[in-house]
Amino acid sequence: MGILEVKGVNKRFGGLQALGDVNLSVQEETVHAIIGPNGAGKSTLLNCLVGKLIPDSGSVMFDGKSVLGRKPYEINQMGISRVFQTPEIFGDLTVMENVMIPCFAKRDGTFRLHALESVTHEKAIREQAESILAEVKMLEKKDFHSGTLSRGDKRRLEMAMCLVQQPKLLLLDEPTAGMARADTNNTIALLKDIKQRHKITMVIIEHDMHVVFSLAERITVLAQGTPLVEDTPENIKGHPKVREAYLGEAQV
Amino acid sequence: MLGLGRKDTTLFAIVVLVTVLAPFLLNPFPADSAMAQFNSGYPDLMQRFAIYGIFAIGFNILFGLTGYLSFGHAAFLGVGSYSAVWMFKLLSMNVIPALILAVIVSAIFSVVIGFIALRRSGIYFSILTLAMAQMMYNLAYSVFSNPAMNLTNGETGLQVYASDPQYLKGNGPDVTHLFGLQMNSTYEMSVAGWKFDFGVGYYLCAVIMLVAFYIAIRIFRSPFGIMLRAVKSNQHRLNYTGVNPRPYNLAAFVISGMYAGLAGGLLACMDPLAGAERMQWTASGEVVIMTILGGAGTLVGPILGAGFIKYFENIFSKINENVLHSWFHWLPESVQNFVVHVLSPFFGEGWSLTMGLMFMAVVIFLPGGLVEGGLRIGRLFRRRPAPTPDAATKPAE
Ligand SMILES: Nc1ncnc2c1ncn2[C@@H]1O[C@H](COP(=O)(O)OP(=O)(O)OP(=O)(O)O)[C@@H](O)[C@H]1O
Ligand SMILES: [Mg+2]
Repeated sequence: MGILEVKGVNKRFGGLQALGDVNLSVQEETVHAIIGPNGAGKSTLLNCLVGKLIPDSGSVMFDGKSVLGRKPYEINQMGISRVFQTPEIFGDLTVMENVMIPCFAKRDGTFRLHALESVTHEKAIREQAESILAEVKMLEKKDFHSGTLSRGDKRRLEMAMCLVQQPKLLLLDEPTAGMARADTNNTIALLKDIKQRHKITMVIIEHDMHVVFSLAERITVLAQGTPLVEDTPENIKGHPKVREAYLGEAQV
Repeated sequence: MLGLGRKDTTLFAIVVLVTVLAPFLLNPFPADSAMAQFNSGYPDLMQRFAIYGIFAIGFNILFGLTGYLSFGHAAFLGVGSYSAVWMFKLLSMNVIPALILAVIVSAIFSVVIGFIALRRSGIYFSILTLAMAQMMYNLAYSVFSNPAMNLTNGETGLQVYASDPQYLKGNGPDVTHLFGLQMNSTYEMSVAGWKFDFGVGYYLCAVIMLVAFYIAIRIFRSPFGIMLRAVKSNQHRLNYTGVNPRPYNLAAFVISGMYAGLAGGLLACMDPLAGAERMQWTASGEVVIMTILGGAGTLVGPILGAGFIKYFENIFSKINENVLHSWFHWLPESVQNFVVHVLSPFFGEGWSLTMGLMFMAVVIFLPGGLVEGGLRIGRLFRRRPAPTPDAATKPAE
């Protein structure tokens, strides 16, 4: 049994079958990549995992419990954090505040009326936030308004916001899209480091094959809403079906 | 100090000082000089500054932090007033039970209204609050003033009659009081040509406003406050970060409703009369304008905005054509008539026209309200002596 078990998931948008009978099993402490051409349904699949969409049929079990019908914040509290395809951060808040919010969520749950406590006195939370900012090399920008950051920095900030929660499962939707080469390499190094030290299970969607083959232990290829193959990176590289559906097009 | 950071302590100290010294600061002109009409240091008016300050501070906790724009907060103001007058009718003229009930009842109403209205956001939320407040206004005006159950006394307004039970009154005073200290008692001080009034009522309102302001600062600087700002910034992200925005929004709504109820209760304490017009949508709109004018989301903005509007409403509105003529009496008569003719739409009855123009100017040129204006002026002066090279690249706080 994997930590995440997706069975027979279907999702239609009007006439479009975005997901057709998707099965996916993600083992604990592995990095599982999902690749596939644009419009293959990769983001839709993630949306079904975090409660943004409810599949028409099928089941999604995380850690032995069904996530279907739960609210996004409940699913996050179960231990799933997600980095979005376009960075989702609190643009009006400072970098530090952005990272403190997930810390509060982790400690206090979905709601707490801590209206008269002072943020400055939250030593433990501040330390947590600062240490993760140091890890993603953004500590010197902690007092910046996050809305003014570069796109690459926004992505790293969003990743820090997810990592600081020490989730059991981290979902990354194209974490390096729009990043410069150097930033991409930094991100790979960061994720490798995180994987080794925190043993977080990751599901990563990525178009950049360099990133995929640097990180993934298992790869699922999705095309037109259906998984074509699931295998190790070595086998995927040489797989004729995959070349035809995806890699040929991506010129790898 | 007081659990506040250095900057907040300074700010709070300034507000305390200004509030305590208001009877001096607002009466800068000798009592029989021509400028005396610009004095605003009367107990009545100062009370209103403080009370509407409380109203706007509370409103800002909802609107300034979460971005939810309520168009129905006057309903809670009215509810607070009615509750307070009922305490006067049933118990005694002591203001404490009146204020306590005002806060409790407005909290209950805001839980219900907030729960319903917060199912929607943006313009739909605003419309829902507006609709429910108008409904309450109509209920107060007619439905709840029938002989069988007369809660509001309709058009006349709820007031205290000699025939009311007042179970705890004993031989206490007939006017509102704080354990015997009568709200309408004032001490008048004359220094040379100046006159200063110190009213018990004003100082009660002032102390309560300072406490309300202090609590607001604490809320702004708390984890709860960060969550509310996160709601405004990106509610979507908040959901996927494990936070349920709904109870946060509701809590902010109820807190601001309680502030409004407290303000309404205080209005009744200063003048034990509650009418339905206090709940009308124009009153709800007024607090929106106060908050935006002063600077939504800033700490002192709402107090400034409230003061500004109440000053205009009460002082500016008294400048009628006669006063204008007396100002320009040194001009030849035809010119004088012309000048007065041009200016008069903006003064006196026309104060709201001037107010509206100012509001437009602030919204267009100073989106951060009067507070931003103040900060810009402050920066202008500070830059001059030593322009630091990294000032521009520094992040805003
Ligand atoms: N909310 C929606 N309503 C209607 N159609 C949708 C919706 N979300 C996605 N789709 C469609 O479903 C299909 C799969 O979309 P999805 O975003 O999952 O693709 P993807 O694999 O993530 O692609 P990309 O690599 O471009 O991000 C696309 O054809 C898309 O247009
Ligand atoms: Mg996608």
